Amino acid sequence: MHILLRGRDIANIKELATYDKHDGFVGLKNALAMTPAEVIDVVKTSGLRGRGGAGFPTGVKWSFIPQHEPVKYVTVNADESETGTFKDREIMEENPYQLIEGSLICAYAIQAKAVYIYLRGEFWDIGDQLDACIEALREKNMVGENILGSGYDCEVYTHLGAGAYICGEESALLNSLEGYLGQPRVRPPFPAQKGGGLYKEATVVNNVETLANVPYIMREGAEAFKAIGTEQSAGPKVYCVSGHVKRPGNYELPMGATFRELLYDHAGGPLHQDRSFKAMLPSGGSGPIVPLTDEVLDTPMSYEHTAEIGTIIGSASIIIMDESVDITWVASKVTKFFAHESCGKCTPCREGTYWLDKVIDRILDGRGTAEDVKRIADVAENMAGTTLCALGDFAANPIIHTIRHFPDDFAQHVQA
Amino acid sequence: MAIIGNPKYEERINHHLAKYETKRSAVMPLLFIAQEEYGWVNPAGVEEVAQILNLDPTQVKSIAGFYTMYSEKPKGKYWLHVCTDLPCALKGADEFYAWLKEELGVAEGGTSDDGMFTVEHVMCLAACDKAPMLQCNFRYVENLDQDKMRELLAKWRQEAAEPVSAGV
Ligand SMILES: Cc1cc2nc3c(=O)[nH]c(=O)nc-3n(C[C@H](O)[C@H](O)[C@H](O)COP(=O)(O)O)c2cc1C
Ligand code: SF4
Ligand code: FES
Repeated sequence: MHILLRGRDIANIKELATYDKHDGFVGLKNALAMTPAEVIDVVKTSGLRGRGGAGFPTGVKWSFIPQHEPVKYVTVNADESETGTFKDREIMEENPYQLIEGSLICAYAIQAKAVYIYLRGEFWDIGDQLDACIEALREKNMVGENILGSGYDCEVYTHLGAGAYICGEESALLNSLEGYLGQPRVRPPFPAQKGGGLYKEATVVNNVETLANVPYIMREGAEAFKAIGTEQSAGPKVYCVSGHVKRPGNYELPMGATFRELLYDHAGGPLHQDRSFKAMLPSGGSGPIVPLTDEVLDTPMSYEHTAEIGTIIGSASIIIMDESVDITWVASKVTKFFAHESCGKCTPCREGTYWLDKVIDRILDGRGTAEDVKRIADVAENMAGTTLCALGDFAANPIIHTIRHFPDDFAQHVQA
Repeated sequence: MAIIGNPKYEERINHHLAKYETKRSAVMPLLFIAQEEYGWVNPAGVEEVAQILNLDPTQVKSIAGFYTMYSEKPKGKYWLHVCTDLPCALKGADEFYAWLKEELGVAEGGTSDDGMFTVEHVMCLAACDKAPMLQCNFRYVENLDQDKMRELLAKWRQEAAEPVSAGV
């Protein structure tokens, strides 16, 4: 049985009546019977961490919101644009009420005035579906004034982006929602602080999958959630598997399941029988690449264990490459992504990604030198940590780690 | 037609204006409406959006220019956005895209001679397990191959007699 991808177990759970029949809104009702501070405590105790990539403890994030501020917001990050990520899409397409319920619980916990769900523009049909869900909930008195007689008022809205990966970065998302260019803001103030959030009010920004976990926590309790997963990585996780496996797709497994279990038992092993796995990007284009060794395969998919093998689980966008793949080409693909998506606000990122892309192309063309390979590694090292937002670090990762782990793939181009 | 005073959009425009704290926040949904009406984000659409929101047209134009889903030039009837990002490319998306361009006789970003198809490659569309894939006028078309694509092109050409709006 799934906790997040419940659309796979229960037909029509995207219909309100069906969702309602299968424990829908029990979590919300439990939350409304508690004080907001108590709800935050339950979520803190559950150990839930953000599924948007950074893994920040969710209850702690909510507790940063100053209680005395009269106006607060929740913004749901449904921008889902990281290369290799397609989990939020399935959650919202197949189980939309669970996301809205989780968002309402969050909103109640911080006493938000409204929830804005920021969807990437290409998800406009999901936006239409969510709008219909919101109206259906309004009729049942679960959106709007005096929700279920609790005295708490909250509106829920959707907003469409229009094609810009950077709008998944939370401060860029807020700018975009306010009708400004979708570029990151200088922090502090952080979104959770007065002055840093939506319309300068304190704001929680959470990923879709993060919030979709919350109804379960409020229904079954923090301990039940903690019982799933590992010490530092509680709960279930949706892993998006793409690339050279037999059965690509979303798989919901506990955090702490091993890569081997995911890739062999669920995704069916290598796509081509006669080719072995070579490399893995476990967190889309933005996290460090690793060689797919036995040691890596036996690593539990948790925040703490992936750190030990020099990478991250991030959003769990697991891209698999077999031995036919030239890792220099992978570095080029990923670099083109970041060069395209750099918002241009800071020089090291704007110029660095552009330049890295040109030099890797030159290397791939056979016109590069060993010196070029060394130089791009240096440039990437220098880019990391010097930029306004994490995209600069993301763009440095593919260069640094592909060269570190697969030097021969680069050497073959410069020797020829 | 215009979008201001057009009964087709009145309710939607009012919905967007009501949903935010500031008028300015409605710039993105209104640009989508302008694109729907004119087929692209043309100067007239920019003017109207600016007028509705009390913004300067140059501000509206800069927003339109920042995002890839708004087109600042007219395009074909069908916009084909083919994903060639890494996971799709691992499943043959680059070859598929090269074939499609040849099939339509266009270069990257170009429009077929009959004005029917504009093709572009795009970054990950959150459908990596269904590669090769594309969006046609922002609708998902997944698990493609050359045969399927040929059929679709024929179907779209046939449908082209009926009015189809580009955009959301
Ligand atoms: C360049 C960039 C892109 C991002 N894209 C996304 C995204 O598409 N979806 C998402 O949920 N978080 C994304 N994030 C992370 C958000 O900034 C933020 O940390 C997250 O939404 C917080 O939610 P969580 O705590 O529930 O994970 C991105 C971050 C960066 C730096
Ligand atoms: S690091 Fe890149 S994406 Fe982030 S603000 Fe700077 S230029 Fe924009
Ligand atoms: S890489 Fe093509 S949809 Fe994700």
